[in-house]
Amino acid sequence: MEEIDKTKSGNPMEGEVRGRMSIEEFLKKDEEKDLLRFLTAGSVDDGKSTLIGRLLFDSKKIYEDQLDALERDSKRVGNAGEHIDYALLLDGLKAEREQGITIDVAYRYFSTNHRKFIIADTPGHEQYTRNMITGGSTANLAVILVDARAGVITQTRRHTYLVSLLGIKHVVLAVNKMDLVGFSKDIFDKIVAEYKAFITPLGIPDVTCIPLSALDGDNVVEKSERTPWYNGSSLLEFLETVHIGNDHNLKDFRYPVQYVLRPNLDFRGFSSKVASGIIRKGDEVVALPSGKRTHVKAIYSPDGECDYAFPPMSVTLTLEDEIDVSRGEMLVHPDNMPMIGRNFEAMLVWMDEEKMDMEKSFFLKQTTNTSRTRIDSVKYKVDVNTMDHLSVENGKLKKEELPLQLNQIAHVVLTSSKELFFDPYTENKATGAFILIDPITNNTSAAGMIINKVDDRDMHTVMEIPVLDLPKLGIAPEHYEAVEIAVKELERRGYAIEIKK
Amino acid sequence: MEETYNLSHLKELEAESIHIIREVAAEFENPVMLYSIGKDSSVMVRLAEKAFAPGKPPFPLMHIDSKWKFKEMLNFRDWYAKEHGWKLIVESNMDAFRAGVGPFTHGSKVHTDLMKTQALLHALDKYKFDAAFGGARRDEEKSRAKERIFSFRNEFHQWDPKNQRPELWDIYNTRIRKGESIRVFPLSNWTELDVWQYIRLEKIPIVPLYFAKMRPTVNIDGQLIMPDDDRLPEKYRNKIEMKKIRFRTLGCWPLTGAVESDADTIEKIVEEMMITTKSERTTRVIDFDQEASMEEKKREGYF
Repeated sequence: MEEIDKTKSGNPMEGEVRGRMSIEEFLKKDEEKDLLRFLTAGSVDDGKSTLIGRLLFDSKKIYEDQLDALERDSKRVGNAGEHIDYALLLDGLKAEREQGITIDVAYRYFSTNHRKFIIADTPGHEQYTRNMITGGSTANLAVILVDARAGVITQTRRHTYLVSLLGIKHVVLAVNKMDLVGFSKDIFDKIVAEYKAFITPLGIPDVTCIPLSALDGDNVVEKSERTPWYNGSSLLEFLETVHIGNDHNLKDFRYPVQYVLRPNLDFRGFSSKVASGIIRKGDEVVALPSGKRTHVKAIYSPDGECDYAFPPMSVTLTLEDEIDVSRGEMLVHPDNMPMIGRNFEAMLVWMDEEKMDMEKSFFLKQTTNTSRTRIDSVKYKVDVNTMDHLSVENGKLKKEELPLQLNQIAHVVLTSSKELFFDPYTENKATGAFILIDPITNNTSAAGMIINKVDDRDMHTVMEIPVLDLPKLGIAPEHYEAVEIAVKELERRGYAIEIKK
Repeated sequence: MEETYNLSHLKELEAESIHIIREVAAEFENPVMLYSIGKDSSVMVRLAEKAFAPGKPPFPLMHIDSKWKFKEMLNFRDWYAKEHGWKLIVESNMDAFRAGVGPFTHGSKVHTDLMKTQALLHALDKYKFDAAFGGARRDEEKSRAKERIFSFRNEFHQWDPKNQRPELWDIYNTRIRKGESIRVFPLSNWTELDVWQYIRLEKIPIVPLYFAKMRPTVNIDGQLIMPDDDRLPEKYRNKIEMKKIRFRTLGCWPLTGAVESDADTIEKIVEEMMITTKSERTTRVIDFDQEASMEEKKREGYF
């Protein structure tokens, strides 16, 4: 085998293999590692790509041939002058390399001795708020970059607000380019103080600030000698050890049926991901919306029968009694019900180039449930830079400015054509999140986070549900069952119809 | 025993993949699982089996046979499908095959386009599949790092990287119009090591070509090629040497380079993988055709 220059490249697990550990021991240890998904936010100017490149590089994930390609590309199109341009490792699409920008969320993978990591790398430009929401929706943690010379800027506030909106519980403020401010403690402290003052009202429970230089590697993987005044850990040490545990809601059992499994007459299973809470064999459950009750007969995980299941496991449940439950319906514990209703208020992030049409009836997908929905009203828009509320009432918005445009965020009230089972997003992401789909273009138009249920009397309009009066239509009772099957199928597709018989 | 509520990374990935596979089965009329016979496909197929146990997955497997695959792959494919009760569809571009298209005569670009991309697109149209699972992983290649798990294709099967639907939480937008389709990648978040770990833990059978063995090889433009039938051009025939080799990826035999290796168990493969520093796609000849070549191929409809 050819000689490998160990100073240039390598592999994450190399150290361990070369140490005392046998391959079997290594695999055993690797098998038990957990997974941390994190988001990085900041712009090219903040050195975000350089930081990620360095995390991958210094944790020795970069394989030799990728490194060769990097050196070749740096000479040709690199934007880092004499330095190796780490950004080229990351900006995968041709258009991006030519323009030196990042146009979409990219996912990166690396691992250390302690953890596996998935990075959702999102661009920082204003027009790409939608990408940050996309990347952040699956993240447990966010790394927000600032340039030490600039401190907390509008963009930092915007990123932090979006992170709080998504309910991400752990934030790292990476104060980059400390080398350019002489590793000054005073400057770092000032930025931290300013940031803490800003972030405290947002209620993010875990905030950590780290001074670093992505270009030189200070405090990225190893503690830097150039910041003796800093007592915390390096970024990678922090990412490796931060306790994420299970960030899912483990308290409220919600099981939105995804797929009904009927391989033979003797087996009728309800397959899904446990959205939240814990379910045990023998538990009493109630099916929504029918209200029928039964007990859990067995729980099947991918490894066979088990006694209990928790999020995000994908399992199959069988029930003691034969009750009818379809996709989109929900099993819950009888003493712990979600909110049930057709009207709710939510924070909505608009993701479509086409602006919001208040007259349109969108498809709403929440858990495994699809329904038609209308926007009843826009209460206020949020200025993502100042977090100011802009409404017609406070005079900051004209009536014609109410419909949302790309990357705008608003507090809205929605009405659905059928009953939904949900929880506030802040209590339960899995049942509080939804998307809106344009019925004509099929684009994903918006991401929504439910705040609360709204009473009918507080609605401007309630979506009329068409009524089929079967006797009036002259349909004989022996055909009712067939009509009900057809109506149920329509309902599964998002069209609610009420039957009178 | 005390209850714990944490999943290892592998169990979390498994759960995520099963959720994705079930979502497709529930929301599409006519899905298909593309089966390349490689290690990633083998993991994907096992996940599909688990997703619907004790029943059977409600979709068939489809293999696009470029007519230049290793014989061991085809034997394995037929054995696996039969053994595990899968309905297997095999499709090829027979017109191009009869016209004599192959990598030696037409080059890797034309061969891949006609025998793989066009054959695939033709098959997807023929059966009117509205969703097709593929085993691609985001960490394989740069342009894949930006692809969605549910990746929209227009009626010409094209991917538009600048116009992808945002993908939020685990709520997938599955709505399409007639003629359009979605490619679904349940292994998006798996790494190469995750795949090997899973194969090891689940004892998933894989094509023996992944394990080192003495095999005939010939050096073609710096790649160790294993001549698998008599279509090896004359000029290479006296250059065949026996070497102990294995394959890190499997495809068309003239386009897939082997590595010299002693790794004949999964443990040894992983050990070798950790010590060597070449990423797996370097043994794929097609990547070197042109800059950003995978991105180009994907735009045109290749997986």
